[in-house]
Amino acid sequence: MATTISAVPFNGTKEQEEKLIALIAAHKGQRGALMPVLQGAQEIYGYLPIEVQKLVAQHLEVPLEEVYGVSTFYSQFTLNPKGKYKISVCLGTACYVKGSGDVFAKLGECLGIEGGECTSDGKFSLEACRCIGACGLAPVMTINDDVYGRLVADDIPGILAKYAE
Amino acid sequence: MYRSHVLVCGGTGCTSSGSERIIAALEHEIQENGLTEEIKVIKTGCFGLCALGPIMIVYPEGAFYSMVKPEDIPEIVSEHLLKGRIVTRLLYQETVQEDTVKSLNHTQFYAKQKRVALKNCGVIDPENINEYIGLNGYMALGKVLTEMTPEQVIQTIKDSGLRGRGGGGFPTGTKWSFAAAQPAGQKYVCCNADEGDPGAFMDRSVLEGDPHVVLEAMAIAGYAIGANQGYIYVRAEYPIAVKRLEIAIGQARENGLLGKDILGTGFDFDIELRLGAGAFVCGEETALMTSIEGRRGEPRPRPPFPAVKGLFERPTVLNNVETYANIPQIILNGADWFASMGTEKSKGTKVFALGGKINNTGLVEVPMGTTLREIVEEIGGGIPNGKKFKAAQTGGPSGGCIPASLIDIPVDYDNLISIGSMMGSGGLIVMDEDTCMVDIAKFFLEFTVDESCGKCTPCRIGTKRLLEILDKITKGKGTLEDLDKMEELCYHIKANSLCGLGQSAPNPVLSTLKYFRDEYVAHIVDKKCPAGVCKALLNFTIDPEKCRGCTLCARACPADAISGSVKQPHVIDPAKCLKCGACMEKCKFGAIYKK
Repeated sequence: MATTISAVPFNGTKEQEEKLIALIAAHKGQRGALMPVLQGAQEIYGYLPIEVQKLVAQHLEVPLEEVYGVSTFYSQFTLNPKGKYKISVCLGTACYVKGSGDVFAKLGECLGIEGGECTSDGKFSLEACRCIGACGLAPVMTINDDVYGRLVADDIPGILAKYAE
Repeated sequence: MYRSHVLVCGGTGCTSSGSERIIAALEHEIQENGLTEEIKVIKTGCFGLCALGPIMIVYPEGAFYSMVKPEDIPEIVSEHLLKGRIVTRLLYQETVQEDTVKSLNHTQFYAKQKRVALKNCGVIDPENINEYIGLNGYMALGKVLTEMTPEQVIQTIKDSGLRGRGGGGFPTGTKWSFAAAQPAGQKYVCCNADEGDPGAFMDRSVLEGDPHVVLEAMAIAGYAIGANQGYIYVRAEYPIAVKRLEIAIGQARENGLLGKDILGTGFDFDIELRLGAGAFVCGEETALMTSIEGRRGEPRPRPPFPAVKGLFERPTVLNNVETYANIPQIILNGADWFASMGTEKSKGTKVFALGGKINNTGLVEVPMGTTLREIVEEIGGGIPNGKKFKAAQTGGPSGGCIPASLIDIPVDYDNLISIGSMMGSGGLIVMDEDTCMVDIAKFFLEFTVDESCGKCTPCRIGTKRLLEILDKITKGKGTLEDLDKMEELCYHIKANSLCGLGQSAPNPVLSTLKYFRDEYVAHIVDKKCPAGVCKALLNFTIDPEKCRGCTLCARACPADAISGSVKQPHVIDPAKCLKCGACMEKCKFGAIYKK
């Protein structure tokens, strides 16, 4: 379960807040608006810290506990910021039987973090994801929008080096 | 008019293997060669043979290029498109014959397939409504609105024998008739595109390759039950599908095929998209509707069924993408045509996503009743590296494992249930001798424990306890009594859970216990993992015959468990060994074994 308050201090800008308020205004009165609003908010801020949830609750006029309930129910919503490079390893069945578990373990070992965490320099975050549907390339991982397929654990250090700058 | 059309797959599989770069390279080369007036490049949906992506087909010849690389494009353009000489070297080798190119339909992968739901996938440009209309698109909607009563529509769907393709297999026509029987007023039509089973991607391929078929079918359902509003609940993890649906809805509205007064008949129907946010339980119908309402996607007890009290407490019909993809053709070709395919109780075709240890990974559509052997060995091209087929897993985390002894079973809804699995949405993962069945059961339980919404106790706590026992067994600490305990727990979870997630969560355990009990026993009694997967039960040993004493393994070992002098065979101390496998990865002579 995600932690309530992120360890990273919140530093949202005025522009982000204005964008969010405009987004909420556009959805106001629509039935079932909370999910689309939270999805939009996450796009604006990159994650959903408690400060953003409070803004949503206030402007959409729904109780904060409901906002928090929805934010923590769905795995796509994150209460912690993601790294500059977001690594997702597919642990769907097709990838798993082809060894994506080893790839995931190797990444954790190389980066020194566990799934769901972010390196202390904010550069890499690691997560396991469910099937992204590229089963023909199993095992698969993505780093931001780049897709890497047919991986073996030994490929990992070389791939990470590309992002090390 | 163009003299040649180049179809490049723009589905997720091929996009991941780089088809966007192929398209860019093609367009560049075509321009360089001054062919822009003669050759048209079209980005289509999935062709199905994802293992060989990126895929492109050049018409009129029907030349099927597989695993295309951007470097190949200049040659293909100058040789094939400019001079008319097919580059046979780069073709899918199975289509190459001595002097001609064999039609794709005659290759082993496609020959036994029958494409109904996937009819337009890989054929049309999904971002252009005119291509859909050109292949009889929206004709069924026109026919329904002008020639048929709602009752006739429902009767046709009932007569066709179509059953829900999302997994449950409930008769679609009957479902529609329940919602139609409710008093007039606000009703809804929903589409379940929250394809959550890991390893299943047929719905995504339909949405990416032929989005209009879903819109048309939903409008038909709306007419049949008296609804004028539809919702498509689609996974946010499918960005290409979402984008194409948005384009399709916009184009349908512009053409008067969605919105007010469709085709001048006075019938109104519109569709909204709702994105999921990554919760497997939202594939369950009541949870999905709760999620559209903007709340935590928890299921609720039934009855009342959604047909009576569904979305926003109004009568609602909810069908899966693949179910909808069959509807327009049933209306146009008639119920008898559809019912002529398949088995006695399962009509039509089913799309399967083939994955795992199989050569032709991809999407296949076969008539119901095709045997597992035909799917795996003929269409799927068998198991790679000469390994032996051990089991096929269907139905995702809700399904079970079908052992090799049942490979000749005709695949349909009822047969799969009778052997302890289920159709599910159609993921079909093939496993070979290197797959440990206890580990697979544990894998699925980890999934369900993670995805259980926590509302009802049997599912929340029961699956957790099951996982703990499985974990114990894979670590070599299980007892034979644990197996009976698990079985008993499984039946309680099945009987008492609120929704389909919990009711089917024990299936992977029950089916592996039934067909692969000896593997569980091997873990418990012999403390061995026969497939060599469960790390805690493995022992790494060095074959002194093969070891050259290069010392690489000893240097790689993080626990200093390997000893030996240079050029002499090394040994592993099992007491110190962490079983990390680092030595085995490093060994250049294949001298290290785990067993």
